[in-house]
Amino acid sequence: MSKKQASLLVQGYEVVIGFETHAQLSTHSKIFSRASVAFGAEPNTQACAVDLALPGTLPVMNKGAVERAIQFGLAVGSHVAERSIFARKNYFYPDLPKGYQISQFEIPVVQGGEVSFFLGDEKKSVRLVRAHLEEDAGKSLHEDFHGLSGIDLNRAGTPLLEIVTEPDIRSSAEAVAYAKELHKIVTWIGICDGNMQEGSFRCDANVSVRKPGAPLGTRREIKNLNSFKFMQQAIDFEVRWQIDRIEDGYEIEQATVLFDPDTGETRAMRTKEDAADYRYFPDPDLPPLLIEREWVERVRAEMPELPRVQAERFVADYGLPEYDATTLTQSPAMGAYFEQAAKLSGQAKLVSNWIMGEISRRLNAGELDIAASPVSAAQLAALVARIADNTISNNAGKQLMDALWAGEAIAGEPQAQVDALIESKGLKQMNDSGALEAIVDEVLAANEKNVAEYRAGKEKAFNALVGQVMKASKGKANPGQVNEVLKARLG
Amino acid sequence: MSELYQLDVSALAAKLAAREVSSVEVTQALLERAKANADLGAYLALDEAVSLAQARAADARLAAGERAPLLGVPIAHKDIFVTKDFPTTAGSKMLEGYRSPFDATVVAKLAAAGAVTLGKLNCDEFAMGSGNDNSAYGPVLNPWDKTRVPGGSSGGSSAAVAARLVPAATGTDTGGSIRQPASFTGITGIKPTYGRCSRYGMVAYASSLDQAGPMARSAKDCALLLSAMVGPDLDRDSTSLDRPAEDYAAALGLPLSPDATVAQPLKGLRIGLPQEFFGAGCAPDVLAAVHAALAEYEKLGATLVEIRLPRTELSIPAYYIIAPAEASSNLSRFDGVKFGHRAKDYADLSDMYKKSRSEGFGEEVQRRILTGAYVLSHGYYDAYYLKAQQIRRLIAQDFQSAFEQCDLIAGPVAPSVAWKIGEKSDDPVAAYLADIYTLPASLSGLPGMSVPAGFGSDGMPVGLQLIGNYFQEARLLGAAHHFQCATDWHTRAPKDFA
Repeated sequence: MSKKQASLLVQGYEVVIGFETHAQLSTHSKIFSRASVAFGAEPNTQACAVDLALPGTLPVMNKGAVERAIQFGLAVGSHVAERSIFARKNYFYPDLPKGYQISQFEIPVVQGGEVSFFLGDEKKSVRLVRAHLEEDAGKSLHEDFHGLSGIDLNRAGTPLLEIVTEPDIRSSAEAVAYAKELHKIVTWIGICDGNMQEGSFRCDANVSVRKPGAPLGTRREIKNLNSFKFMQQAIDFEVRWQIDRIEDGYEIEQATVLFDPDTGETRAMRTKEDAADYRYFPDPDLPPLLIEREWVERVRAEMPELPRVQAERFVADYGLPEYDATTLTQSPAMGAYFEQAAKLSGQAKLVSNWIMGEISRRLNAGELDIAASPVSAAQLAALVARIADNTISNNAGKQLMDALWAGEAIAGEPQAQVDALIESKGLKQMNDSGALEAIVDEVLAANEKNVAEYRAGKEKAFNALVGQVMKASKGKANPGQVNEVLKARLG
Repeated sequence: MSELYQLDVSALAAKLAAREVSSVEVTQALLERAKANADLGAYLALDEAVSLAQARAADARLAAGERAPLLGVPIAHKDIFVTKDFPTTAGSKMLEGYRSPFDATVVAKLAAAGAVTLGKLNCDEFAMGSGNDNSAYGPVLNPWDKTRVPGGSSGGSSAAVAARLVPAATGTDTGGSIRQPASFTGITGIKPTYGRCSRYGMVAYASSLDQAGPMARSAKDCALLLSAMVGPDLDRDSTSLDRPAEDYAAALGLPLSPDATVAQPLKGLRIGLPQEFFGAGCAPDVLAAVHAALAEYEKLGATLVEIRLPRTELSIPAYYIIAPAEASSNLSRFDGVKFGHRAKDYADLSDMYKKSRSEGFGEEVQRRILTGAYVLSHGYYDAYYLKAQQIRRLIAQDFQSAFEQCDLIAGPVAPSVAWKIGEKSDDPVAAYLADIYTLPASLSGLPGMSVPAGFGSDGMPVGLQLIGNYFQEARLLGAAHHFQCATDWHTRAPKDFA
């Protein structure tokens, strides 16, 4: 066992986690009917005869859902099966109109693959078992019906891709990092809107613990984790609970549990004894799903550059540190914004600093996506170019950013806009050495005490003098130049 | 001058086209006849206003000069097809009073072709049965002998056509439910290749087997209806085949072989006789009628060849595993939640399910649901369901080998003539065994038909079964048509209904 692994143990136990994620696919209509999947409609207004399972209705595959499954398979390096099978999972529940869910069982559409991400500085990989297409159920509403239950079938038949991992995850932090990376992939390639509050991206975590080297422990499945914060809390609680049970001499019983964010605890919904026999069998209403190679290749040709690939390219092409590259590839819009500004300005690292700092701060404050940024990539490039050529200082750049953010730029080319604002706001850096020398001389004359202290060896006094010069220049002096002139004068 | 009810589809269509009679007159006459013969139990729903409105619309089209083979001709639908204008029960208490918001594709296609819907026909509950004695709305009587079954599950359809209550009807065939009742009542019925007719709007029994087809007095009439029923329905039924409709009626006159002559129109046609269909399990009176019909085929020029379908017997266990398995799942939607019967009093959700389903489903349906749930259960799936699917593939392969030696396969439809009502009620397995000759084609998805071939003991009709290779409906109908041109078995009517 390596040191790193040892450090991951919790009270001497190794944590083993596998994930099942339900990603709602971003189709307009349902997986087997033509009803809309838009969120938030009045109950049962988006359920057609097929969704209601009226006698005589039959499912017809939505090709858009298949196409999204192919996209996912290609994004995570899976095998996209030439032939996969839809199966019926039979169970009775009032919000399951047919009395069975159409899913894939023995032969799923996406097989294998892996998701890689950074946990701190460490690169991790989680292997995928499979991803399969299936339909969502409706919703049972137990409130507001005076002791009765209401059924809303709007969600019934919504297309889902269930993504299943191997039990490769070893900590709650790694679980969250995996889930975030998966979330990034599905939203990046546009197959899922990723909205966790609305249930578009739901995670189930299979958690078990064992002594290092021991066989896998019995797992309990935490259902429906719909925020990254709860995910970590739930797993941490579950791990501690399981270890306590084992330490107290009990065996872990296979169970499905729910996390209660109010108490911070997990509690069992059902145990293995009442696990249903789903009587899976191939759905005779749906022929095998055949995916020709040409279809896969067509999808491949239209795939966007993936976040990991783009990050690696940003490191190679722009010399960005790995951290910057990862941060800038949170979304396709972010990556594109960076790349445009970097190309226009030729100042990749400076652009990266500005996006990760000033731009992100402002976006976060306004809860804006980078696609909605009031400052365009071209404007940022123009601003950065003026810092790089010493026209303005970094501080002046922030004032300029404020003005651009507030929409003060007048119409015109971005560089002309930026230059006009520098002019009108008087942000230009003082690059005239004669004028600077005059200011330095004035400051030295007025601050004899600091001069004396500096000469006596107090470095701090020098900084005070720099500050005085900057103040006297109203911030327009170039700090590097100020240093040089001061040192020469005091030399 | 013959009575209107005596006219078959072709004759009625000719009179309607010549405007010698109106669709309203025919419809009215047949509605009267249906009511007068209510004791047969054939109809589950009639609606004079609806039917007459459709007839008036057809008359208007005829008056405007439109001519189509079924324009203005009344037909009736097995109550397995959902209809907007009539209730749909599938013969079950579970769906008592149920009204579908849409028409089955087959119903819509026939309506578009101008056929008038006369009503909905009784059937075994959810099409499960072979005597039409499993209907929640009472049995259907065989017009040839009212103490006997009319066959099933399309027993309302067979009885109504045989009793001249309607010139043609739709049926559905999962394991023989068109062919066997046609045989038991002396009418003609064809089950096309699986996927040829859309299943959209057919209350599902066993999805991989269910197939719609026409039941009428002749191959020619079946051809007219079938032409309007088939065709792709890819937006609604994923198992519907992407193959354009055919004009089977027009094809009836075409030679079936290059060797055909006027005197011997079937010369060159090789008819395979599966040894397994002619064994001791088949009643002598049925065998005698079938052999006589085959002799007629020889006279028409056909060659008879011995073939083997070695797994014929295995079709019974294979079918009675696969069909109930699919049914157990297909019928899960009848849970009392959204539509259909819900028990009045129940303690909780589980109790509501149990009571609603126990009250809503009849005995045979419950038996098949239980059987199906059992064979799909963990630990039994491989031994039953998977094994049955393997047998199913082998049976289909046997047919392909057989079709290397012949163009059509012929044999009895059922091992006996129609049995007495109640005779097999207490012995479901005996009824299952009687499906032996129809199940192989069902499991293979092949087209098959029943052609009236004479009479057995007690004057009960016997049908000759013809089975073709995939998409050979035209050849089947042609072979039956030539036989019917040379014989008159198909024109015989039960004496009280002639």
